[in-house]
Amino acid sequence: MNRAPLKVRLQYFASLRERRGLSREELVTAAATPAGLYAELSGRHGFMLPAERVRVAVNGEFAEFSQPLKDGDEVAFIPPVAGG
Amino acid sequence: MFQLTNQPIDPAALEAMFHNEACGALVTFEGRVRNLNEERAVERLEYEVFGPLAEKEGTRILEEAMRKFAIARALCIHRTGLLEIGGVAVWVGVEAGHRGAAFDACRFVIDEVKARVPIWKKEHYLDGRSEWVETLGPGRGN
Repeated sequence: MNRAPLKVRLQYFASLRERRGLSREELVTAAATPAGLYAELSGRHGFMLPAERVRVAVNGEFAEFSQPLKDGDEVAFIPPVAGG
Repeated sequence: MFQLTNQPIDPAALEAMFHNEACGALVTFEGRVRNLNEERAVERLEYEVFGPLAEKEGTRILEEAMRKFAIARALCIHRTGLLEIGGVAVWVGVEAGHRGAAFDACRFVIDEVKARVPIWKKEHYLDGRSEWVETLGPGRGN
């Protein structure tokens, strides 16, 4: 079954932000989950970080890569953190 | 209380906020910018944060510390923006009745903050290059 494309709002940080060349964008995607969306973005922008080393936040809270995405979701992929 | 700030951290002023007379122990940790990382000479650091989620996750860590250890109060402040060598990047303070819980909770807070809070560090080296620090840590699901 084909899904209707979703419009998501993306936020980028640190190495992913630099690789993408911007902090925020809107994107229409056929991806159903953050896992699919990260694969799509990696292919398009050449992200070097494998998904295993990245976390995801949806609408300002940590989420699972397998969680279904909804239209209008705000998605942020989180590279390995290095506070302190 | 977990806070992010783009202003210099003043440890003396933060310590002065702890004055619970029922507490016999105050343990503080001050994380400073050092001039060398993995044998490369560092000139300065830059911290980028995912503000709203960093504050949520930092607050959760402090709440966990309050539940896990017999402490009266815990505070953590983390810098954002550019820092020079010697600058205070992060400060943790824990007040408790006795020193054991204060030491343990302070260690717990700084370790969890480094592992979980969405804060990124870019090192600017003396040779003019710069790099995001992406050490092998827990990724998704961990």
